[in-house]
Amino acid sequence: MIKAVMVINTQGKPRLAKFFEYLPLEKQQELIRNVFGVLCSRPENVSNFVDAESIFGPDSRIVYKHLATLYFIFVFDSSENELAMLDLIQVLVETLDRCFKNVCELDIVFNYSKIHTILDDIICGGQVLETRSTEILRAVEEISKLEAAPNAITLIPKSASGWLSR
Amino acid sequence: MNPFSSGTRLRDMIRAIRACKTAAEERAVVRKECAAIRAAINENDQDYRHRNLAKLMFIHMLGYPTHFGQMECLKLIASAGFPEKRIGYLGLMLLLDERQEVLMLVTNSLKQDLNHSNQYIVGLALCALGNISSAEMARDLAPDVERLLQFRDPNIRKKAALCSIRIIKKVPDLAENFMYPASSLLKEKHHGVLITGVQLCTDLCKVSSEALEYFRENCIEGLVRTLREIANSPYSPEYDVAGITDPFLHVRLLKLLRLLGEGDVDASDCMTDILAQVASRTESNKNAGNAILYECVETIMSIEDNGGLRVLAINILGRFLSNRDNNIRYVGLNMLMKAIVVDAKAVQRHRATILECVKDSDASIQKRALELVYLLVNESNVKPLTKELIEFLEVSDQEFKGDITAKICSLVEKFSPEKMWYIDQMLKVLTEAGNFVKDEVWHALIVVISNASELHGYTVRALYRAFQASTEQESLVRVAVWCIGEYGDMLVNNVGMLDIEEPITVTEFDAVDAVEVAIKHHRLDLTTKAMALISLFKLSSRFPACLERIKDIIVQNKRSLVLELQQRSIEFNCILQKHQNIRSALVERMPVLDESTLSGRKGGSLPTVPTSGITPCNLPNGVAEPAAAPIGDLLDLSSDDVHASISSGGDFLQDLLSIDLSPASAPSGTSQPPKAGTNVLLDLLSIGLPALAESSSSALDILPSIQDNEAPLANLNGLASISSLPANATSPASSGGMMDLLDAFGPIPQNHEENGPAYPSIVAYESSSLRITFDFSKQPGSPQTTFIQATFTNLSPNVYNEFLFQAAVPKFLQLHLDPASSNILPASGNGSITQSLKVTNTQHGKKSLVMRIRIAYKTNDKDELEEGQINNFPHDL
Repeated sequence: MIKAVMVINTQGKPRLAKFFEYLPLEKQQELIRNVFGVLCSRPENVSNFVDAESIFGPDSRIVYKHLATLYFIFVFDSSENELAMLDLIQVLVETLDRCFKNVCELDIVFNYSKIHTILDDIICGGQVLETRSTEILRAVEEISKLEAAPNAITLIPKSASGWLSR
Repeated sequence: MNPFSSGTRLRDMIRAIRACKTAAEERAVVRKECAAIRAAINENDQDYRHRNLAKLMFIHMLGYPTHFGQMECLKLIASAGFPEKRIGYLGLMLLLDERQEVLMLVTNSLKQDLNHSNQYIVGLALCALGNISSAEMARDLAPDVERLLQFRDPNIRKKAALCSIRIIKKVPDLAENFMYPASSLLKEKHHGVLITGVQLCTDLCKVSSEALEYFRENCIEGLVRTLREIANSPYSPEYDVAGITDPFLHVRLLKLLRLLGEGDVDASDCMTDILAQVASRTESNKNAGNAILYECVETIMSIEDNGGLRVLAINILGRFLSNRDNNIRYVGLNMLMKAIVVDAKAVQRHRATILECVKDSDASIQKRALELVYLLVNESNVKPLTKELIEFLEVSDQEFKGDITAKICSLVEKFSPEKMWYIDQMLKVLTEAGNFVKDEVWHALIVVISNASELHGYTVRALYRAFQASTEQESLVRVAVWCIGEYGDMLVNNVGMLDIEEPITVTEFDAVDAVEVAIKHHRLDLTTKAMALISLFKLSSRFPACLERIKDIIVQNKRSLVLELQQRSIEFNCILQKHQNIRSALVERMPVLDESTLSGRKGGSLPTVPTSGITPCNLPNGVAEPAAAPIGDLLDLSSDDVHASISSGGDFLQDLLSIDLSPASAPSGTSQPPKAGTNVLLDLLSIGLPALAESSSSALDILPSIQDNEAPLANLNGLASISSLPANATSPASSGGMMDLLDAFGPIPQNHEENGPAYPSIVAYESSSLRITFDFSKQPGSPQTTFIQATFTNLSPNVYNEFLFQAAVPKFLQLHLDPASSNILPASGNGSITQSLKVTNTQHGKKSLVMRIRIAYKTNDKDELEEGQINNFPHDL
């Protein structure tokens, strides 16, 4: 299962952190710092995998992607395929990119809760929920529409869900 | 109101935080915000509740405490509007954890929302439940989730599937409820649902063997068909990642097949065709394709043996290693590491590629590859592989050298076919990376050199050359200095010249110069200098012509600010000037160091003794390191007052000198064959006294000899004869020392004499081939400690070679094993091996002894292993 998803900027500021196993706040911050400590000292042109056992305990791996000013980091255990996790980061980034039209760090900072909505549609309880960015975007847009409508619930015709089934 | 569109205040807060230049400023802003939010909470402000919570989540991410907002989450979840609920659930997932009491209160809201008419609200509730469900919630809500697995909307179905995973992980008993709904999910056409359904089945298999059986019987064919369909399906951009149809589904299916095929031949047979197809037809030029191949390889490796497939799989890994993408090489190495257990031969074929990876530019790949190479080495390929590794050592980065040095040393030690090769390789490593060589490694090298008498000359000359070339590597200098001290005469006279050697002309003065360099070199540390000083002292008798010069150098060190060097030089100087008669005897060549103890250590025959324990390789030339302590251990002298000065001395050469220089204890010095009680001690410490050289070895044998003899009284006689009963001639004090000495050797005989056998012997272990009996004794005054004499008897008609006894005890016991009397056990009970054990029971009187044992030996060239547990110890031990 996936243990945590983090987005940290190159200064070490967390921009998104979601832990799928409960950890106390101080521990979360410590892990974020440690992960950043490892990543910022890694040269370019090396593999995207890091041994995480010293940080997260036994049976844990890190895969990360460094894009512009951000590190996208997934922490997971041996039941996940490392290369597939790398693709999943790609899915997350692609979705963000489509959602914000050329996503940058500021988009993530200011749309904090929307990013969480997106993440919740990709990973749920540490398991992969959906891997197609079109599908993820559709779900997120639906939620945004509901949020925008003043009396959201009554406005939804029940058949509106029909488009989702294939 | 809405944080997405109109949440200006949230944006303002984020801006304010971002504008902070220092951490203190940031803290101030956050404190102000938190105060405002608390105030709003106290006023029960409805309008801004969900915006406040959104702010709290941001503050939480920055690492500030936000517990005061937890109840707000619950209020939001309970409210009717969708935006409120959404932010409430988000807060619930981030701010709360399953252990908090507050969570109990949310169960009811969750239940209502799971049954809500709006499917998006159902989705929110499922997502939250899937993230934070506790065991109690899982029990309460499992029926609702189970029902939602059949919901009309696929988005709800897939969320319900993942939620079920959380539930069965929390409460494995519920697994059987989910088995049937899960298997029907496998027939889904919707890819998202299919992925989650397969994942649910995988987790069900992990928590319930019943589910595993069920899926094996009912679902394999369906799964294989699904995998075939997606593998063969035409390009469909909708699910596609980099030209591969839905790689995630591929991966998930392969994982489930792996679980089903593991340990089941029929199931494995069902899937071989499709695995072969996936393995051979998947595009490997993109990450997604490689992810599938990688998963496929792991599945092939795990399911029941199919030789052809495995070769295919390992070849895929071999291809991974030459991939340009670092990630692919990295995972390839990881997988080969696992594959080596399954099929070492197939992995060996890719040795060359793996060796290339050791030279990779990516440090994490280098490290993996090195570990893999380490696993690949065996007797037949140790030479070429070591050559490669040493070549690599020469060009590798500094931070990598330590690791690679340790690996080479361990390989060379484990697999070296001959001593000459071992010495050669070690010399190369010392020259290249001597500073990274661990102490025990060069100690071991010295032991090997000392045992290879025909190579002494060769070695000392090679070391001299290497030393002349560079003094950068500390441990090279140490070994060189030691060898020059011991075999200096062979250096100058080209003794034992081998054909392959180039002749070298070294004068006596050159040799002394070399050692002088080591003493004077500013970068070398105290241990090295102390060793160099001893070496010089030894050379004083080897090279009489250089005597004056050696004196000069030693005298210079009398002013050394380092106490150790100062003391040694004063003592040596004293011997050189006043005790000419004993000098040559003092500096005699070291007796050959005991290699068997060293190899015993390698084989792990002394599991409970610290590795550096009693191996004589710790004592090359009386280095000032903790040399004396192990000897103390060996003789168990440490508790003995009389010998305290000796075991605390740190350097037994010093002890020797302190005895020599105080005529009171041995008026005539050591020039006459010493037989007095104190000198027996010297014997035991195996100082290089010539007159004692022979007896020292016999003295060292005392321990085993005690164990040899079963009748304890015989030991006493044995001991007495060694020391020629000096008690007659000496004062009571020294005979007291004699008694102490006996104490130290083996309290067993003494105990026998004084107390008689207080405890009955037991047959600790008996099989058709082996019997072990334990005799017990205790020393008066320490009831916690039990001395056990183990006797091994061979009941089979074959001789046991390489006999090795190992024992382990629970934490409340401490165990100390002495070396066994032999490692060959004669057939049919025609002799036995004995071994002494010392067990200290820290819970004496409360718990009785217990021990697990393992006996390994070779008979008819076959390795045998016997194991057992000993529970029949007498109760009061």
